Amino acid sequence: MKRAVTLPAPLAEIPWGMLVPLCALVAFGAAVLHSAAGGSMSPYAGSHLLRFAIFALMALVMWRIPRDWTFLMAYPGYVVVLLLLLGVEILGQVGGGSQRWLEAGPIRIQPSELMKPTIVLVLASYFHTLPVGLINTWRAIVPPAALMVMPMGLVLMQPDLGTTLAIAFGGAIVIFLAGLPMRWFVGAGLAGVIIAPLAYFFGLQDYQRRRVDTFLDPESDPQGAGYHIIQSKIAIGSGGIPGKGFGEGSQSHLDYLPEPHTDFVFATMAEEWGLLGGIFVLLVFGIILRWGLNVARAAPDRFSRLLAGGLTATIFFYVAINLMMVMGLAPVVGIPLPFMSHGGSSMMTNMICIGGLMMVDRWNRQSSPLSN
Amino acid sequence: MAKPVSSNNLKHTFERRTFVVGAVQGGIGLLLAARMGYIAVAENEKYLMEAESNRVNLTLIPPRRGWILDRNGSPLASNRADFRVDIIPERVDDVEATVEMLGDLLDFEPAQKQDLADNLQNAAGFSAVPVASGLRYEKFAAVSVRLPELPGVVPQRGYSRYYPTGPSVGHLLGYVGAASREEYDEEPIPLLVTPGFKLGKDGLEQQFEQQLRGEAGARRVEVTASGKIVRDLETREDIQGDAVRLTIDGPLQDYAARRLGLESGSVVVMDCLTGDLLCMASMPSFDPNSFSDGIGRIEYQMLSENDRVPLRNKVLKGLYPPGSTIKPMHCMEFLQEGIDPEETIICAGGRRVGNRFFRCHSNHGSVNMAKAIYSSCDSYFYDFARRVGFDKVAAFAERMGLGQQYPLPVTSQFYGTVPNPAWKKEKFGREWQDFDTVNASIGQGYYLTNPLQLAVMSARLATGKNLLPRLILDDSTPVVDDLGFAPEHIEYVRRAMNDVVNGPGTARRARLPIDGVQMAGKTGTAQVVSLSVSDGRSGPWKYRDHGLFVFFAPFDNPRYAGAVVIEHGGGSGSAYPVARDVMTFLFDPQKGLEALHALEKQWGGTAQERLDADYMRFAEAAGVDIPAPPDPITLARQVEAEARAEADAYQDAVRDNRIGNAQTGGEPT
Repeated sequence: MKRAVTLPAPLAEIPWGMLVPLCALVAFGAAVLHSAAGGSMSPYAGSHLLRFAIFALMALVMWRIPRDWTFLMAYPGYVVVLLLLLGVEILGQVGGGSQRWLEAGPIRIQPSELMKPTIVLVLASYFHTLPVGLINTWRAIVPPAALMVMPMGLVLMQPDLGTTLAIAFGGAIVIFLAGLPMRWFVGAGLAGVIIAPLAYFFGLQDYQRRRVDTFLDPESDPQGAGYHIIQSKIAIGSGGIPGKGFGEGSQSHLDYLPEPHTDFVFATMAEEWGLLGGIFVLLVFGIILRWGLNVARAAPDRFSRLLAGGLTATIFFYVAINLMMVMGLAPVVGIPLPFMSHGGSSMMTNMICIGGLMMVDRWNRQSSPLSN
Repeated sequence: MAKPVSSNNLKHTFERRTFVVGAVQGGIGLLLAARMGYIAVAENEKYLMEAESNRVNLTLIPPRRGWILDRNGSPLASNRADFRVDIIPERVDDVEATVEMLGDLLDFEPAQKQDLADNLQNAAGFSAVPVASGLRYEKFAAVSVRLPELPGVVPQRGYSRYYPTGPSVGHLLGYVGAASREEYDEEPIPLLVTPGFKLGKDGLEQQFEQQLRGEAGARRVEVTASGKIVRDLETREDIQGDAVRLTIDGPLQDYAARRLGLESGSVVVMDCLTGDLLCMASMPSFDPNSFSDGIGRIEYQMLSENDRVPLRNKVLKGLYPPGSTIKPMHCMEFLQEGIDPEETIICAGGRRVGNRFFRCHSNHGSVNMAKAIYSSCDSYFYDFARRVGFDKVAAFAERMGLGQQYPLPVTSQFYGTVPNPAWKKEKFGREWQDFDTVNASIGQGYYLTNPLQLAVMSARLATGKNLLPRLILDDSTPVVDDLGFAPEHIEYVRRAMNDVVNGPGTARRARLPIDGVQMAGKTGTAQVVSLSVSDGRSGPWKYRDHGLFVFFAPFDNPRYAGAVVIEHGGGSGSAYPVARDVMTFLFDPQKGLEALHALEKQWGGTAQERLDADYMRFAEAAGVDIPAPPDPITLARQVEAEARAEADAYQDAVRDNRIGNAQTGGEPT
């Protein structure tokens, strides 16, 4: 892919091949939100674009961060986010009631969101420093497991199953990519098969268990939780190939679709833009994720590789779970669709991942491996 | 796994595993694309339909009911536009709060609130419960704006059934009401549970339900998930049900019902040429207007506690011993059997039959057939019935219409009994005795008839034609068979019956105050209890004799025939004045009305007014203050008795046509 126009040096280093489709996706998301608000920029589409602009700036700042700094920040960052999570928990206990965020002036920080990229960072850092020969030993699995379990426990207590799973997924992918023996993963998979039913009966909250039930048989509860999945499928299915047209979606406009601007934004989009819109969204995500993995492969050292791989996996997790949910392939877990759903937290997390990947991409161009 | 691990190994592993991760990601991407394609393409039709059924709400518009018209085309039952409020019980969150709030908005009294709460309780969720109809616009609007707080409450503009003459047609037409669970089970269509839809519950309203019903309209609206209407999509107008045209003469029906006054009884008038039933009045009655919005507790209690059974149609379901009214008919049979009408017997105040003495009510001396009729001598019938044999008399009575059901569109009619030896054997296992013949010969004993049968008998006797009563007016002229009586026999009986009224007979006060028209008739008194309990004329109401009268007029060329039965009227003297006034009204409405107005002044108003007053009294006694019922609207006043007088005056001016329907001036429904 050779560009016809030669850009000045700093601009040429920006990964336009990813950024342009991303901007198109965000703009498309804004259009869908515009329609979901009944044909108005407020309250969704305007703030969606504004947030993207802010977090895009943040990503550009991250892009310039040198590798050494990032590497140094890994553990302190992890500790800070963990303390914030603990803070949320304590405040929640004191305030009496579950709470997921901390408020600092006008800004509301959801530490569990920050933990998603942070867990990837800290694990990449850990495996980078782990002597190569120890990859087959307990030292390769017990400390990372501890690093993951602490935040997961805190987030699960909030309770926020979706984010817990996202943290677990990001961490697991880093561990997988770090090269731990395959049989451990096979063993863990088998253990999962055994533990899942137990977790279902003893580990989940009632409302979470109902979600699983409903996922397995949406028609069992058409008025309750199954309603979400049924209405979402109706929205997607009735869109057909070309869709009903911009602003013409009855499911979202007449409130049949729950959360048409957040978790079910894809259904809102599919109703009006049809299968063609859906393919476009899938393609853009495909481009972004492929770029992410390419960045990881091109990385010169273990830290960068694992960091990029983990960040890509985190974005992927959002996309896959959300889309599977709206199409009735996964239970309703409350995970928004990156870059399209209205919501600051998800935009922040995903833009941190994008910024992190751009950062790694810049290091790749400088191409001098980080020393151990 | 003792293989040494190098940094390079790990890089290879990383690359392999990123490939795996990438492949899995791509796989899931393809899976999602396929899944979406499946939903959006293969199942597109199904989901399109579901989205459409989400979006569009179909509301049925209850069809306007067909009118029920009298023989002149004036409405006996029509529709009146009104604002109404209904509740769909299953959509109500909090019944108590809803009743409370609606009650306040509509200024309900505590009893009305209780009625509403009871109705909601009993409705079991499935059908619309009427709250109020005939509302003023302000109240209707007051409810409409509070709708968000009142889930399940449906205010709508609709039509309610209107019976201009109220109680006069209650038994004949029946009434309409919301479908009951049983009715819905029988005919499970959505229309039946549509708020505002009423179906016929009794009488002709029920019989002609399918014809009167019409076709529901439909309104398609776009609604949100919470049921809020966004916009109208399209509306299909309803198709009004077909009208049913009766042989009933509306003004006459109203007049007869009102003329019954305070009595419990019935009046039937038939056309002697066609068998058309001109009037089938039964009183006391209920007001079908108020029944059509559901019956209030007080009203229902009032009606069901009344010992004069206002809920029974006495024309068809009141059975009475015919008493002496069958005597002319028995005479006709004697004539058929060759009895010479001039043959006389000596009355002697009665006859001894076996070891019992059967009294005649007086000693009439020498009695021939004519005298036996006009002075109602029992001894004559004791003798000749025994001579002819009651077998034959009974067979003749059945030919004349007694003990019969007629092919009429009514919910039920009672046969009554014409006793004969075979019947007694089967019913009681005993042989027919001489005293049975004696009893039956004067219309007592086992004899039972309903007023309609008496009217038919009277018409057949008067004309010698096998007239069949007819209730539905169509273009056909009924073919009437001749009964094969000799003209001189018919003439003889007519003359004798004329003497009852206009000669030396028992009902001289029944003479019509009209020149040139003479009414013939026959009185009858049916004993209710034995003379040892009551003399039949005074004492407790329920022990008094029934008063009966059969009649036709003009006597020499019968045009109308009929019967009047007054329950516990204390003798025939209660019955023939009613017949006289009803026939007077037929020939001279103005004169008839003068008589009625004088009487109604004594009684305290028209039947409707008295019913309303009774209601107020009853409500007060029950300790609840009930608001007065609304004024009857002047719509279609033409059917009321007064309208006949006006119409006649009008007819003098415009000779050849009544302006009929135009004058009806009903709302264009």
